[in-house]
Amino acid sequence: MTWIPEAASNLAGKVDGVILVITLISIFFFVLISAVLIYFAVKYRRRRDDEETPYITGSEPLEIIWTVIPSILLILLFVYGFVVYKEMRTPPKDAVDITVTGKQWLWTFDYYNGKKTLNELYVRQNRPVRMIMRADDVLHSFFIPQFRVKQDILPGRYTQLWFTPTKVGTYDLFCAEYCGTGHSQMLAKVIVLSPEAYDIWEKGIGVDEGANVASLPPAELGAKIYKEKGCNACHSIDGSVVIGPSFKGLYGKTGVFEDGSSYTADENYIMKSILEPQEEIVEGFQPVMPSFKGILSDDEVTAVIAYIKTLK
Amino acid sequence: MANHTIANNVYVPFLEQKGFLSWFLTTDHKRIGILYLISISLFFLIAGILALLMRFELMTPMSDFVSPHTYNVLFTLHGSLMVFFFIVPGLAASFGNFLIPLMIGAPDVAFPKLNLASYWIYLVGTIITLYALLSPADTGWTFYTPYSATTDTDVVMITFGVFVLGFSSILTGMNFIVTIHKMRAPGMTWHRLPLFIWASYATAVLQLLATPVVGITLLMLIAERSLGVGFFDPAKGGDPVLFQNFFWFYSHPAVYIMIIPAMGVISEIIPVFSRKPIFGYKAIAYSSLGIAFISFLVWAHHMFTSGISEVAATIFSFLTFLVAIPTAIKVFNWIATLYKGSIELHSAMLYALGFVFLFTIGGLTGVFLGALAADIHLHDTYFVVAHMHYVMIGGTVMGFFGALHFWYPKWFGKMFNESVAKLSWFLIFVGFNVTFFPQFFLGIQGMPRRYATYPEEFESLMALSTYGSWILGLGVLIMTVNLIKGLYSTEKAPQNPYGSLSLEWQVPSPPPTLNFEEIPTVTDWTYGYGKKKEVDA
Repeated sequence: MTWIPEAASNLAGKVDGVILVITLISIFFFVLISAVLIYFAVKYRRRRDDEETPYITGSEPLEIIWTVIPSILLILLFVYGFVVYKEMRTPPKDAVDITVTGKQWLWTFDYYNGKKTLNELYVRQNRPVRMIMRADDVLHSFFIPQFRVKQDILPGRYTQLWFTPTKVGTYDLFCAEYCGTGHSQMLAKVIVLSPEAYDIWEKGIGVDEGANVASLPPAELGAKIYKEKGCNACHSIDGSVVIGPSFKGLYGKTGVFEDGSSYTADENYIMKSILEPQEEIVEGFQPVMPSFKGILSDDEVTAVIAYIKTLK
Repeated sequence: MANHTIANNVYVPFLEQKGFLSWFLTTDHKRIGILYLISISLFFLIAGILALLMRFELMTPMSDFVSPHTYNVLFTLHGSLMVFFFIVPGLAASFGNFLIPLMIGAPDVAFPKLNLASYWIYLVGTIITLYALLSPADTGWTFYTPYSATTDTDVVMITFGVFVLGFSSILTGMNFIVTIHKMRAPGMTWHRLPLFIWASYATAVLQLLATPVVGITLLMLIAERSLGVGFFDPAKGGDPVLFQNFFWFYSHPAVYIMIIPAMGVISEIIPVFSRKPIFGYKAIAYSSLGIAFISFLVWAHHMFTSGISEVAATIFSFLTFLVAIPTAIKVFNWIATLYKGSIELHSAMLYALGFVFLFTIGGLTGVFLGALAADIHLHDTYFVVAHMHYVMIGGTVMGFFGALHFWYPKWFGKMFNESVAKLSWFLIFVGFNVTFFPQFFLGIQGMPRRYATYPEEFESLMALSTYGSWILGLGVLIMTVNLIKGLYSTEKAPQNPYGSLSLEWQVPSPPPTLNFEEIPTVTDWTYGYGKKKEVDA
């Protein structure tokens, strides 16, 4: 682990420059202050109780020196921070737009080409991209440490940021503004593809392209949704418990909610769990599942139910 | 320096009278100070235990000790109790009450009954808040909307408690301002005042002017939740960023309400244990006022990523850099005071030097957060958590502990065990650094704050931070036991054990109820230590 994360966007190196300069100046002043402090504390420690001390009440030249020098340094640092900030806030004209929506507790991405992804952001290496962001419910914040970008997203207003990813790879996207119980699970991956790989991804078939998915049998469509909409992050299909209950053998199972009432996992139970997951919580689990209302269509919910039925 | 006499045959220490009513109905500033001291210390210990629970949960990436919801409740309570019930009233209400009349040569504060009423209001706010803990909120101590307007937990009760508490702060601030203006002893001119008084004055102005804003803000939040008025929730036509502007308009000056009294404490301790006049008296005194003034103009530096305009962010970044200057001036002057001194490393002095060391780190890391480009990366990460604790614990709490050890003999007329005090200082100093220094690196790495669970790559630094919290907790425990044990010791404190020139040390320990047998006449400033040349200033 290095002291600062990998620099994987065009802005990262510039932000690191600011951080590095402030770090060096801080270390200089810290070492100076601590060294003098310790030196004085040792050199002038009381040896006898009747020691005489001089009557020194201050020095105007010193006051001027240690006011003016830090002031100049601070103003220079302000300017440096501002110059880089200005660039971070000014997207180039050729940036392509991706619409980001944050809601408790997931991310959706709508691309300029009609594609739509959930908790996975695909971007092309070395092409500037602008995020147009909005929240559905409460405040969130879009934060990619390796890109050194962060911007709060708000309900009822668009905010934006931009970057050019420079390195192919997969990076963490965090929600950095506290947004409730599932805040620390509001994570996504940023996938930077090489131009060639990106072209293939772009031409690939998305789940929301109705013409193709309509022909799939419901259980197969459900299996596809299970992977593509991120159900697999929390619900296993082998019986193990990750964050939510496993889908294996779920259909028809009986159990108890937190409030003590019992349930049978039928079609209505599964539908309600997908669309209104906060309404009733199965005992032993946390209320951290986001609602998929508006993300999955009625047909898709039916397909997920059909898929769960096959997992005996 | 002061002419006064104490007739021993009439000396009755202020602690003499016993019984519940003698405390509950007291108008003696020293007793009210003790009431505050006990109250804030209890909240400090409770909120500290909550912090230890949080750190225990964070030892591993997954939620294995408490659930995410419980974790969110823990950090909400830890923050709210520490900020509103411990550190904001903190030094100002406890030591401010005890020291201001004694230091300026007055028998009490200007409005003793109002002073008691302020404590009662504090108590009412406390009771409301303790009641609110039955169904605790999970919003974080900042109560950001729209989450705080929509969460199912009980936000109204705790914000109402904080709202009530605000009046205590406003009235205390007003009381101290009048006291410092009107009650100074003859000859106690502004430029002879102890620097703790200057600090208390700056703090009181902030309390008086800033606290009403948070009161109004919390009331608006309560109206939004209970009456459905749309101030902040966009669904009702409100603006969530407006809440942040209101909130930080108070809460940034509040940072200085917390730290300036501690700076005042340090300015008292260092000269006494160096036997030197404070270096740059006027620079320190006026920098307190300078900090107080600028602190009203920097609130939006908490909001660089919130969606405020780039122009606003730039202006606030510039103003934030300005506030660093008076702060740096203070640090340089404290260190210069040590020069050619006769330095005794008493436990109070160790806390004061610890303050200078840790507060320097806190201040320098604040520069990172003031610089726009760096703040974009570091905002809402553990870097902010670490910076804030370096200023609040490394600064204010160190100042508070220093004050406790320094004025303990005067206030209670007893002595604590000095060796144990030094040991607990060492544990607190080491434990604090082990807890919070790794958090700077966590933040730079990108670890967001307020995460109940976290990616595995952060585990080793997180665990280190947790181990540090145990050392810190042990240190505070030993210190607390040592100070409580001291109260029961038979060793009586001398009137002036450190040879201080300040007025509070010229009366018996503990002071008599009316402080001075006869109001003293002051002929010199408080810091006339060292061998004076024949030509005096």
